Amino acid sequence: MDTQKPALMVAALENGTVIDHIPSNKVFDVVNLLGLSKMDSPITIGANLTSHKMSTKGIIKIADRFLTEDECRKLSVIAPNIVMSTIRNYKVADKMTIQLPDVIRGTVRCQNPKCITNHEPMDTVFDVIDKQNGVLRCRYCNKDVNKSDIKLI
Amino acid sequence: MDNTGRSLISLEGLDKKDILWLLDQAALFEAQPNRKILDGKIVATLFFEPSTRTRLSFETAVNRLGGRVIGFSDAATTSSTKGETLKDTIMMVSNYADLIIMRHYLEGAAKYASEVSPVPIINAGDGANQHPSQTMLDLYSMRKTQGRLDNLNICLVGDLKYGRTVHSMLTAMRFFNPTFHFISPDELKMPEEYKEYCCINGIKFEEHSILDHETIAQADILYMTRVQKERFTDLMEYERVKDSFILKNSMLEGTKDNLRIMHPLPRVNEISQDVDSNPKAYFFQQAKNGLFVREALICNALNLL
Repeated sequence: MDTQKPALMVAALENGTVIDHIPSNKVFDVVNLLGLSKMDSPITIGANLTSHKMSTKGIIKIADRFLTEDECRKLSVIAPNIVMSTIRNYKVADKMTIQLPDVIRGTVRCQNPKCITNHEPMDTVFDVIDKQNGVLRCRYCNKDVNKSDIKLI
Repeated sequence: MDNTGRSLISLEGLDKKDILWLLDQAALFEAQPNRKILDGKIVATLFFEPSTRTRLSFETAVNRLGGRVIGFSDAATTSSTKGETLKDTIMMVSNYADLIIMRHYLEGAAKYASEVSPVPIINAGDGANQHPSQTMLDLYSMRKTQGRLDNLNICLVGDLKYGRTVHSMLTAMRFFNPTFHFISPDELKMPEEYKEYCCINGIKFEEHSILDHETIAQADILYMTRVQKERFTDLMEYERVKDSFILKNSMLEGTKDNLRIMHPLPRVNEISQDVDSNPKAYFFQQAKNGLFVREALICNALNLL
C-alpha cells in the first residue's frame, strides 16, 4: 500500500534562494519587491499552502539569484519572520530568519505629509517600537506607522 | 540633553535633574536679565513660519544678553522659495552665526537641522511636533507661582487633540506626580496615545466634557487653550460647544487662592477680558517668564552656563 502523503513536486535548486514561511497575503508583495516578473531564470511560487505553524503560507524558489542586504532589509519590513535559505550546489549553504531590525534606515516612507523626510533629500529613520505588531516610529516627526500602512521607498 | 551636541530639539531626552537645573538657571536670569554674556556672539533666528511672540521673545533674550541677531521672520523672503533645501540654508547660515534658533512648518525639521549643522540648534517649534521652550516656560511659571512642581492639580482646557503645548506638558510633568483634568469638547479630546502614555507613566488623569466649577475649584493651574473653528469637521458641533469652554471671571469665585490661569497665547475669546484684572490671571507674566527661560536655553546651547 502506498503510505506516502501527496506532496508537491518541485525540482531541487542547484543554486539560488528559497524564501519560506511567507504570510499568504504577502507572497505577491515579495514577488514585486524582488522584481521576479522580470527575471528569466526558473522561479517557483507557491501560495496558500498548508502550514503547521501558520495555517497557510507562501514559498518562493528562485534559481541563480541571491538576495542583497538591501533586499533582505526590505523583506524584513514587509514580511517579518520569513525564512531565507541560500542554496549552493544542491546544499543549504545558509539559512536565516529575517527579522525586523531595531532601526530601519532609508527603506520606509513616512506617512506624515508634513514630515521633513518627505521634503528634503534625506534618508528616513524609523525606530521599531513594537516588533510583535510591526509598529515603527519616525525619528523625525515621531508619528507611528503600522505594519499594514508601511510603504517602501 | 539631545545627542546632537547642545542643541535643544525636544524635552524627551531631559531628565528631572536637567529640567530643574535649567529652571534654576532661568531664575538667575530673572534676578538679573541684562548681562553681557553673549558679547561678540551672533545668533540667527530663522523663522520659516511666522511666529511673532516666540521670535520677539528669543530676540529680546539675545539682545538683553549683549548678542546680535540676524535672520528672517518669513520664509517668503528667503531662498527656500527658490527651492533651496533646508540643509543648504542651515549650512550657509552656520557660516555666520554661533547658534541657530529656528521655527519651521515641517515636523522633524529642527532635528534634521541639528544633524547637519555644525552649530547648535534651538527648536522654536516644528509644525505640530515639538516646542520645547514653550513647555519650559510653562513649567517655570508653574513652579514660580506654586513654589513647587510636585503634586500639582492641573486642568488642561480646550483643544487637547491638536495642542502640541498640552502634549509636551504631559511628557515633561511625568517626573512630578501631577493630577490632570482633561477638559475638552468630544471632537478635541486628548488622543488615546497620550492617555496611554499617562497610564504607562503613572500619571493620574480624569476626562471632562464641560468646564464646570467643581473641577476648577480643585485646581492649582488652569491651562486654557484655543478651541479653533477650523479643527471641527462638524460646524454645528462647534457652534454647540464653542461657548462651553470660555472662562469668565464669575467662574473663578470659590477657587483656590493659589490657582493661576495660564495660556500659551495668542488668546482669542476663550478667556473673557474681565478675567484679566483678576490676580489669578497669569498669562501675560507667563509670556514674560519666557524671556528668562529662553536666556537660559540660549546660554546653555552655547555652553556658557
